[in-house]
Amino acid sequence: MTHDRDASSLGRHSRSDQIFQILLACCAAAVLLTLGGLVLTMAFGGTRAFETFGPGFVWHNVWNPVSNTYGALAPLFGTLITTIIGVALALPLAFGTAFWLTTMAPPRIGEIVGTAVQLLAAVPSIIFGMWGLFVIKPIMARDIQPFLTHHLGHVPVVRQIVHGAPFGYGLMTGGIVLAVMITPFIAAVMRDVFMATPPMLRESAFGLGATRWEVMRQVTLPWSRAGVIGGIVLGMGRALGETMAVTFVIGDSNRIGWSLFAPANTVASLIALEFPESPAGSIKLASLLALGFILMLLSFASLAVARLLLRERTA
Amino acid sequence: MSSRAAARRRTDRIATVFSIAMTGIVLLMLASILWTLISHGIRGLSWQVIVRPMGPPGSDAGLANAIVGSLIQTGVALLLATPIGLGCGIYLAEYGAGNRFASAVRFVSDVLLSAPSILIGLFVYLVLVAPTGRFSGFAGSVALAILAVPIIVRTTEDMLRLVPVSMREAGAALGATRWRVTLSLSLRAARPGVLTGILLAVARMSGETAPLLFTSLGNANWSFDLSRPMASMPLAIYQYAGAAYEDWVQLAWTGAMLVTLGVLAINIVVRFGFGRTKA
Repeated sequence: MTHDRDASSLGRHSRSDQIFQILLACCAAAVLLTLGGLVLTMAFGGTRAFETFGPGFVWHNVWNPVSNTYGALAPLFGTLITTIIGVALALPLAFGTAFWLTTMAPPRIGEIVGTAVQLLAAVPSIIFGMWGLFVIKPIMARDIQPFLTHHLGHVPVVRQIVHGAPFGYGLMTGGIVLAVMITPFIAAVMRDVFMATPPMLRESAFGLGATRWEVMRQVTLPWSRAGVIGGIVLGMGRALGETMAVTFVIGDSNRIGWSLFAPANTVASLIALEFPESPAGSIKLASLLALGFILMLLSFASLAVARLLLRERTA
Repeated sequence: MSSRAAARRRTDRIATVFSIAMTGIVLLMLASILWTLISHGIRGLSWQVIVRPMGPPGSDAGLANAIVGSLIQTGVALLLATPIGLGCGIYLAEYGAGNRFASAVRFVSDVLLSAPSILIGLFVYLVLVAPTGRFSGFAGSVALAILAVPIIVRTTEDMLRLVPVSMREAGAALGATRWRVTLSLSLRAARPGVLTGILLAVARMSGETAPLLFTSLGNANWSFDLSRPMASMPLAIYQYAGAAYEDWVQLAWTGAMLVTLGVLAINIVVRFGFGRTKA
């Protein structure tokens, strides 16, 4: 008898459990479907651009709404350069901050500074854009650019890079704003992986008479290398797809030039700026969607790499 | 020997100065952003900003309709995102061990978390706006919800994993079904952390601009109808910051200050209110 009741109660239990599990799995599937839908709609929407312009869409340097010919090279170039500038500038900032926070900061002050850095990460990206437009752009136009053209304007190769009317817009300004934006993300990952270094290793090194820098350089960094690179790639992924922070200061021009101080565009800023003038069904909209698809692939790839590198240590 | 020691000390001192300088620069940037926001924003702060709707330049316009629009859209997005995010997070934590489907979902959720937000806007435009031929507050809410779900998933899963297995076993030993154990024991124990995730999602949503550009479009008038274009703070800031009229730019600053202080306040509450949680 008791055996029967047990079995029936188990059956009832497992049925309600099954329903519960199916409900949860549906939620999980919804997440899966959302990303699937996102990638597929972007790919389908963009097919017409690839059909019309062929694979050359990716490397053609033309974005001309008048003649209705589009190529992805200029915005991809802008995305690449601003991201490189952003990561290159954010790297020393993030590393220095993480180094200070993990090895030198007095506990109380370290706590406060750590919180401040976290808060910087929480500031909405449109605020970075406004700040870039009203603070960084004038500094670039008034001080940096005249200074550079005055001192480097006659050096053969460098001349090309600093060339441009001092408006303050361009790849460099975009890169600087991105750097400030991604620094707290990279710093947070670096701090975590530095902290994860076994204290025994660091203390042994200190015991052998190593300085703080030597411990960082020869013990902590080699130990946490994968995680550090993972953090950098994570920051890179953020910089790649950032829209608002860049749109304010990039200058909106679809030309490729040597100058870092001339107006340009990134994939995200181009989509934000040109989408409103792209009627449904137009080849321009298809081109923007194809750009979005490429951007999605880039972001996807950077995340996959970051996850792989970050897992190596934490798992 | 002693010269080598001196060289090592010098290198260490350079590294120390470097790292202090870098930390200083980062703090300076944060200070500069906050100072710029507050010094520009406070000048335009008055009742009018939160009472009067947006309007043409020189008309004593405010941001009231944008504030209300943001609240509505964020609220609806939260209603959409919370059950899905919680469900998915619970699934990953409780049923997702060594399960291929679960690890795929975990990866995809991370991809969504770092996906460029403007692409989420494009996606929702293609799915909800283009077929109906109409920008709508609801489409904006859906776009925001897609941003919020992965944040909630991540924190829910992490927090549930911190709940000791012995607690689940105790529940099972009392004869509770698995869903009872999950909802009444695990989830309750993890509640502060889960709430943290939801609050962080709210903070993230209230500052996002890019996903709203092509979905809720913005609206200069009062708008309460979710099936029509709806105003929101980030879109109002975006529109006014680039305008040529001084009072519009002033409104943009005041709005930016309000949004940022709100977002930072949520983050500070989360950090200190619920104890130290990593998110």
